[in-house]
Amino acid sequence: MSEHSTYTPGTAVEKWLDDRLPVIRFAKEHLMDFPTPKNLNYWWTFGAILVMCLGVQIVTGVILAMHYTPHVDLAFNAVEHIRRDVNGGRIIQATHAVGASMFFVALYIHMFRGLFYGSYKAPREIIWILGVLIFILTVATAFMGYILPWGQMSFWGATVISNIFSAIPVVGENIKQLVLGGFAVGNPTLNRFFSLHYLLPFVIAAIVGLHIWALHVPGNNNPIGVEVKESRDTVPFHPYYTMKDLFAMVLFMIPFAWFVFFAPDILGHPDNYIMANSQVTPAHIVPEWYLLPFYTILRAIDFNVLFIDSKLGGVIAMGGALVMLLIVPWLDTSKVRSGTFRPLFKWFFALFAINFVALTYLGAQPAEGIYTVLAKVCTAYYFLYFLVILPVLSRIETPKPLPTSISESVLGKAHA
Amino acid sequence: MATQAEHSSTNRRDFLYVATGAVGAVGAAAVVWPLINQLNPDASTLALASIEFDVSAIPEGQSVTIMWRGLPVFVRHRTTAEIEEARAVPLSDLKDPETDAQRIKEGHDQWLVMIANCTHLGCIPVGEAGDFDGWFCPCHGSHYDSAGRIRRGPAPKNLVVPPYEFVSDTLIQIG
Amino acid sequence: MTGAKTMFKTKIIIAAVAAMVGLASLPAQGAEGGAHVERQNWSFAGIFGTYDQNQLQRGFQVFREVCASCHGANLMAFRNLSEPGGPSFSEEQVKALAAEFEIADATAEGGVRAGVAADRWPSPFANDQEARDANGGSLPPDFSVLAKARGVTDPFPTWVFNYFTGYQEGGADYIHALLNGYHEEVPETAPEGFELAEGKYYNDYFPGHAIGMAPPLADGSVTYTPGEDGVTVPETLEQYSTDVAAFMMWMAEPHLVARKQTGFVVLLFLVLFAGLMYATKRKLWAGIEH
Repeated sequence: MSEHSTYTPGTAVEKWLDDRLPVIRFAKEHLMDFPTPKNLNYWWTFGAILVMCLGVQIVTGVILAMHYTPHVDLAFNAVEHIRRDVNGGRIIQATHAVGASMFFVALYIHMFRGLFYGSYKAPREIIWILGVLIFILTVATAFMGYILPWGQMSFWGATVISNIFSAIPVVGENIKQLVLGGFAVGNPTLNRFFSLHYLLPFVIAAIVGLHIWALHVPGNNNPIGVEVKESRDTVPFHPYYTMKDLFAMVLFMIPFAWFVFFAPDILGHPDNYIMANSQVTPAHIVPEWYLLPFYTILRAIDFNVLFIDSKLGGVIAMGGALVMLLIVPWLDTSKVRSGTFRPLFKWFFALFAINFVALTYLGAQPAEGIYTVLAKVCTAYYFLYFLVILPVLSRIETPKPLPTSISESVLGKAHA
Repeated sequence: MATQAEHSSTNRRDFLYVATGAVGAVGAAAVVWPLINQLNPDASTLALASIEFDVSAIPEGQSVTIMWRGLPVFVRHRTTAEIEEARAVPLSDLKDPETDAQRIKEGHDQWLVMIANCTHLGCIPVGEAGDFDGWFCPCHGSHYDSAGRIRRGPAPKNLVVPPYEFVSDTLIQIG
Repeated sequence: MTGAKTMFKTKIIIAAVAAMVGLASLPAQGAEGGAHVERQNWSFAGIFGTYDQNQLQRGFQVFREVCASCHGANLMAFRNLSEPGGPSFSEEQVKALAAEFEIADATAEGGVRAGVAADRWPSPFANDQEARDANGGSLPPDFSVLAKARGVTDPFPTWVFNYFTGYQEGGADYIHALLNGYHEEVPETAPEGFELAEGKYYNDYFPGHAIGMAPPLADGSVTYTPGEDGVTVPETLEQYSTDVAAFMMWMAEPHLVARKQTGFVVLLFLVLFAGLMYATKRKLWAGIEH
């Protein structure tokens, strides 16, 4: 976007540096001068909030790793040692645990914002695909992190999810053993999950770098979905969006701090305060709330489809629910980006959001009675939305007239 | 008028920016400190920073080695001969001059309490050995006398006496 | 025009996220088939909650004289008992208390030595199997974090409010209820066809109702040492169970008071800082139509 850099090195040292490694020029172009649509609303601050969340998780995680021992005999007590004995350990541990939940709150909002405003459409498909990869990696990281306290939910969550691999025909059992490092969840599993839980956040951080790089090629989408046409459509990123994003971060920290300091365990399960025991299964095994929508889809397939048995079917459905997000840019072919100008889409989108909440709720319910029926209905709508509704709407819907530019839209709003 | 109003509004704005920045800096500092402080010894470590030890079981002429803050500590019940030998040494013969009285607690002359790491490079010296009836460090050949003072060899200092006191005649508290 | 649209979508997203976070985690908790657990008025609940030192001291007495003969507490160190925010016994009291216990120590002569403040509470049994054998096959769970390992499933809309009140005392409520939930005989309220196995006891609140632990407390079973404030409390089952549940909550969450006090300052700071940030942002954007 900013081929014409405004940076002129002020001193000889800056000039020297600029000729060799133009980091200051880069920072000025991409963190300060970067032209950003001036009509972004607060849903656009969640990108910055997510960067903060990742930073919080990495910093607190590195600290926790200094005091933690990944061994089946010691892990549970090591986490308690952190809570009880390490200076400020209770707060740091709670920040990491609550932080995972807050991360997903922000992640889901960020994704739904993208889905509503059509931020995945050309020329931003790669941004979206990288984002989906970040989401999938974050799910994997969070899941492995939940194993580390070595409570009952940790153990049984790992057992249940690792059995997913055994659904793969022929080689499933071998893959499961490969993943677990044994015939059941045990010390090798805990050790490798710890190693990967430490590694993946840095991989995520690298992909976040690519995500932002890809964003800085076409620049931001915006609430009206009309591309930037002239310089008066934009403001420099700094100070306008740096301050707005910082404000949003501070605001986001308020509920974050509420949970950390006043209800650090409310988002978790009491069962995880019981040390892992391979002989006793808790009455209800439920993943953390942020994995529930996909857990519901996994459970919803309780019937065989042709030669695919129900177990494999569930795994395919759950995997499909994630992987399908990758092709959304080509499922929704509507020329109009923003849902604001799509009268039909809006309703289906609202229903999709409600449906997603329902999937979350159902994941926490026992798989019996009316719940299994609802789970099937909601799973069906999840897939219908992407595979049928989006493509069909793109053809039949008549969008509302678009403003010609961001500036026109902004002025219209100001005078309305 | 116009310039004046503009001026005061600029001032107000600057004040707001400075205040926000200052509050933010305070917040950042308040976040950073616990992240550093967690590196300090934790409560379970601090709880063992001070230990008590009953010396009554050590017969005269023998030592025991106990652990304190992760370091071995010699507690020696010295014989009268050892004490006299240590006291007979003129300070001018010493590399790191200290009197025997400075290395023990008054009234408990027979008890010598020292961190058991050679002041050269940290090996544990062997007891009742060396040329001065004290300790001998086999790593690099340092000789200590019966008060644990360095007499010959590469070690620069006497064996270190940890902070300790007699809680009663037979109970010492180290640390 | 756009404003109204934005509002519409804003509401959807807010509702969706709030509902997702809220709906999901709660209904999973809690025991099956237990009767409704009454909430108690805990001093440590809420933003300004703190432990009642005298209550914790009484609870400790009940724990030590009754519970500790079968239940361990291997994460509680003696020194914790003198830390601020807890029962706050004096360091001398704790030292004397610890010395009454024999601690296994491979480096000590004979393999055991007298306890010191830094030691953790020794378990009454050498291992789980020994514990089972001594208790008719039931394993008395360790008490260290038990108050947080138990929960209560609140009905709608109570559990929604919990997120805003930060109510985390379900475990203490459950322990209190359990201790008061014994019946000498299987009551009429029992599930149809319920049969009590030999060596088990009927409890309203225990999952499945058949608990291996005999009623541990009864009116008058512990004679309280008068507290420092000289206030005497009734020596009843109700009082014992409340006190010991409070003690167990402290044992599970020893830094609760400090955590909440810090949290209050942090929240005040964040609200102030958010206000300043908002003013700064508005001022900055004042000249821009957006």
